[in-house]
Amino acid sequence: MAEPFDAAVVVVGAGPAGLAAAAHAAEGGASVLLLDRAPRPGGQIWRHRATPPRAARAWIDRVERSGATPLFGATVIDVPAPGCLLVEHEGLGRRVRYERLVIATGARERFLPFPGWTQPGVVGVGAAQALLRQGARFAGRRVVVAGTGPLLLTVAAALAENGARVVGIAEQAPLGRLVGFGRTLTRHPRKAAQGLGYGTRLLGIPYRTGSWIRSADGRGGVERARLTNGRREWTWDCEILACAYGLVPNLELPRLLGCETAGEALALDEVQRTSVPGVFAAGELDGIGGDALALATGGVAGTGAAGRSVPAALLQARDRERAFAVAYKRTFALRDELRHLAGPETVVCRCEDVPLGRLESCRSSREAKLLTRAGMGACQARVCGPALGFLRGWAADSVRSPLEPTPLSVLEDQR
Amino acid sequence: MAERVRLMIDGRVVEAEPGTSVLAALWNAGQRTIRSSVTGEGRGAMCGMGTCHECQVRVDGVPHRRSCLETVREGMEVRTDG
Repeated sequence: MAEPFDAAVVVVGAGPAGLAAAAHAAEGGASVLLLDRAPRPGGQIWRHRATPPRAARAWIDRVERSGATPLFGATVIDVPAPGCLLVEHEGLGRRVRYERLVIATGARERFLPFPGWTQPGVVGVGAAQALLRQGARFAGRRVVVAGTGPLLLTVAAALAENGARVVGIAEQAPLGRLVGFGRTLTRHPRKAAQGLGYGTRLLGIPYRTGSWIRSADGRGGVERARLTNGRREWTWDCEILACAYGLVPNLELPRLLGCETAGEALALDEVQRTSVPGVFAAGELDGIGGDALALATGGVAGTGAAGRSVPAALLQARDRERAFAVAYKRTFALRDELRHLAGPETVVCRCEDVPLGRLESCRSSREAKLLTRAGMGACQARVCGPALGFLRGWAADSVRSPLEPTPLSVLEDQR
Repeated sequence: MAERVRLMIDGRVVEAEPGTSVLAALWNAGQRTIRSSVTGEGRGAMCGMGTCHECQVRVDGVPHRRSCLETVREGMEVRTDG
């Protein structure tokens, strides 16, 4: 029987970066397999149920025309040998062989612990948007949106449009830095127009800069958020608190492969190659930069993975978006006060219920695992790892397979 | 979308639009608390995208399913009580 899952170029992740990589690689003449865990393409930013957003449609169509083979509902769980991935698909373990790999696994939200953050009703900011797109209704619900980054406005606008009562928005970055960021937007007209759109839909909703959540109070679920700007405190009543502190790239697969990191992103060369031969990366793994950077880096990586030389225009587009990502990172840098919100009783590892106080004597994430089980639960430190990285400066512990909780039957029955 | 999917949540019949996630169906049924943590704290969804595992439920007898990654199906049986 033929091995239908093998390809010259395998792309992991079908968000903007993966879609662009798959299209460019297939258009460059390579056989391409595009994998994603989700049931349909788009990643988190273009997540949809029935109809993809317009920007996504163009890329989904282009991938279809390119001849790349999509495979959805496919989760990478291990790297059993060089040039080979173990993928769970429809309850079976499938080996997928590749000559070149493009990793476009995107990002997740950074959550920081504060008293009450484990209460039901406290969700992420992207999480609130994901819920909305999964069909959750927000009409009439009181929502506070907090944390950092332009996503706060995007999500607040989407929630308001769907009937939520957005009580207020708290952005931790100070006003001065936001004004500077606003000026860089004038060089990116599309982003500035987006901003104006949110502005009109958010009229009348309090937007507090230099402000952050102190705690989420309530019994059996959040009832109010307590906020501060460092000088005074106030409360906003809500049944949903959407709070997240930016994004962190999903580095589990590249780290399992042995790819070198550079800070919170991957170390990548001029054409998106990682330190591991034949392995490219794109999108948020390049550094958090949004959909435009994802499309640009995906294009470069896909072209390179097909063995083609990358056109200068593609590289220039990528570098322009990288400059924007640098401005973004500077603007939304996290303030020091956020390191001191959690008390000794505040749970930090939500899977194993380990409070911050128990980590007092630990000096690394490895030690925390061994002594307290922090980071050893179902999420494998995907939530507490980045939090402790910020709170304590701890580097992430080594990644182990399986990358996702996997039924034993999948590991035993590989084809 | 006239067609509705009917599923059971903890023995109760709940209707949902096709394509809705199980998490969204729980949310729309007014259920913020979804699981009990290892020390017995009530927890609800946090990340909404399959990372945090806080929204785990039992689906048709299979434990530890992330409700944010499951799509509702006619006749599906969801349990949040273990």
